[in-house]
Amino acid sequence: MENNNKNSRRKFLDKGLKLGLVTVIGGIGLTKFASKLAAKPFTNSDDSMELMTTDGTIIQVDSSEVMEMDLPKNKDADYNIREGIPNRKFVMVIDLAKCKNALKCVSACNKHHYITGDNAWLKVHKMQESRDTAAYWMPRTCMHCDQPACVTVCPVDATFKRRDGLVLIDNERCIGCRFCMAACPYSTRVFNWSEPDYAANEILMDMSSEHHSSPEFGGRPSIKGTVDKCDFCPHAINKGELPHCVTACPNGVFYFGDKYEDTVTNGEVTLRLSKLLEDKAGYRLLEELGTAPSVYYLPPTNRLVDFKKGLDNYKQFESVEKPAKP
Amino acid sequence: MKNYDKLVTDLAPRKFGKRGVTWTIFLVIIIIIGLIAYIDQVIKGQVVTNMRDYALWGIYISNFVFFVATSFVGSVTVAVLRLTNNTWRTPLVRIAEIISLAAISMAGLTIMIDMGRPDRLLNLFIHGRLQSPITWDVIIVPTYIALSFLLLYFPLLPDLAILKDHFKKTKPKLSKWYGKLALNWKGTIEQKAIQGKSIKIIAIMIIPVGILLQTIDAWLFSTTYRVGWDSTNMGAYFISGAFVAGVGALITVVYIIRRVRRLENYITDYHFDKMGKFLVLACLTYLYFNINEYLLPIFTAPVQEDIHLNALVSGEYAPIFWFAQIVGLFLPILILLFKKGRKPLPMFIVGLMVVVGSWWKRYIIVTPTLLHPFLPIEGVPESWHHYFPSIHEWLITAATLAMSLLIITLMVRFLPVIPIQRTADEQELLETNTNTES
Repeated sequence: MENNNKNSRRKFLDKGLKLGLVTVIGGIGLTKFASKLAAKPFTNSDDSMELMTTDGTIIQVDSSEVMEMDLPKNKDADYNIREGIPNRKFVMVIDLAKCKNALKCVSACNKHHYITGDNAWLKVHKMQESRDTAAYWMPRTCMHCDQPACVTVCPVDATFKRRDGLVLIDNERCIGCRFCMAACPYSTRVFNWSEPDYAANEILMDMSSEHHSSPEFGGRPSIKGTVDKCDFCPHAINKGELPHCVTACPNGVFYFGDKYEDTVTNGEVTLRLSKLLEDKAGYRLLEELGTAPSVYYLPPTNRLVDFKKGLDNYKQFESVEKPAKP
Repeated sequence: MKNYDKLVTDLAPRKFGKRGVTWTIFLVIIIIIGLIAYIDQVIKGQVVTNMRDYALWGIYISNFVFFVATSFVGSVTVAVLRLTNNTWRTPLVRIAEIISLAAISMAGLTIMIDMGRPDRLLNLFIHGRLQSPITWDVIIVPTYIALSFLLLYFPLLPDLAILKDHFKKTKPKLSKWYGKLALNWKGTIEQKAIQGKSIKIIAIMIIPVGILLQTIDAWLFSTTYRVGWDSTNMGAYFISGAFVAGVGALITVVYIIRRVRRLENYITDYHFDKMGKFLVLACLTYLYFNINEYLLPIFTAPVQEDIHLNALVSGEYAPIFWFAQIVGLFLPILILLFKKGRKPLPMFIVGLMVVVGSWWKRYIIVTPTLLHPFLPIEGVPESWHHYFPSIHEWLITAATLAMSLLIITLMVRFLPVIPIQRTADEQELLETNTNTES
């Protein structure tokens, strides 16, 4: 008797569960179906407009489909720091043919980001893929990837990707797990292993007025136990200036610009990005990994200066110049 | 009844002897020294370690991986042997559960030691993002701690009740504690049914959770682009490695406890023989994945990977690499294949070899890869091109190891290391069987 009772209860539960499941699935299906039915077809107003597309062709569009775009009132100043400047996509082009390891970019970067550690954010690598291929100098910034490996692995969203292309770090949030550094295939990221020693580097004085705690002001100040890296200088971009490496380079190696505007400039000449990349066969570093960098390289062809000239400046074990000890 | 009393006195926890006290003090001293080193690290920053921007993880991480691996013994021995009805597990499961709980707790602590900003630990919960393998770890490690604890605690209930009665006269205070922890266990049929069911559920749950734990641990590495980590082999490789490390640790600890507590009548050569076969199975599985990981890339390794493999096999890391492979894997397999190799003393030595080999194996998995990035290491001081742990790192790591040993020691001191009730039941079963047969 008891056994029987149990069995019927089980059966009831079993059936109830199945029925419930069917109801849920059916309900979801019905609502989907209903929403399809309720959707209105486009109402043709028999009124068409002629418009010009960005590449210059005239097209006809039904006027009901035309909507006014809401542009932000103050395009460059009024935006969310984590979202970035609307309707921009910052890119950099590095012309390896022009680089002769002058290292002015590195010292400018170090100075403006108040770098006191032993590893600069921007470095110039001495590259040679194999014994038979040409040696060349290769400045390496952060690639500001469109598929950034560092952002994917960050457990707390301290490093983030903005719509304008920048990958920045919130040093007030970073927990110092260094997973982003392990993930970055370009070894771009730098850790603050100790409290930055501004006093010994004699940059304490002019820094006090520069104290920010915003991801847009990397290195001002650096925070112990967190990660830093090249930030494409949003503090300069905001003022309509170019990143410090671009302006500091005496050879015009660095071009900075906007992919949507399709222009880049090195401060002297302004070029069309797509044409430049096509003419000079631009490429991106470690393209095969699929990180989709925002930095393009132009191959080191037709160089004006011999590679060996750069060797005078080459220091294998130093990228941040330290003040001479008294 | 006389037998039963002897059994209880044999298996009930006992006060430390002189050796026990010295050992505990020794561990506490190491822990205190490590704690001081850690406080220094928090104050000065991780500059006190020898980790730098290229070798950005060091022995904290490899030690973490070692702890995680060792904790696998709980799911393997206890759960798998239980579900497969291997009765030889009885005197070993409690020790396995203790090791498992101690190791996984310390794994949780070790990973925090590696954090640059331990003060921001809560950010993991406030701003946690599910896409990061670290968040997976944050979820799985506490889950495994909880399950390991329950798998230790539930089978303990009847024993705690026995101990409560056992110490009633001699140590009333201790008896009271056992009574509280026994949760009013009376051994009624209902209680036994609930207990049996709970243990079964946990034993089934802890297997997938344990496998997930090891896999997530492997994914911490294989979700990066790094040479030597970016491998689909990693998950299975880590699981089999954990199998080896866990069983190795179990054998070592079982041998020591058996000697100190004179449990030769309960943990016999038979048990060691069985454990030896179990370990050799683990080692052979691990060998298979090692061949996949290190031998197969010889055919298709791109330049970067070739440099990495050469550094392991014949370069800078060759001594550690071959030490881990030979002492931690090849020799144990060889020794354990012989019946004489599966006697207690040789097994103890093999267990030690496996544990030490496993620890260094984790080191060889973490460090060399980081020093083989895609772009050349340039513009940093020469010392950044290499990594060997600093004194701070050694002291802190030694403290974490000591802390896990202390947890094990204290549990052995206060808990019955061999399940009393179960052993009694089994012996009774044996006796009734022989009675009916004769």
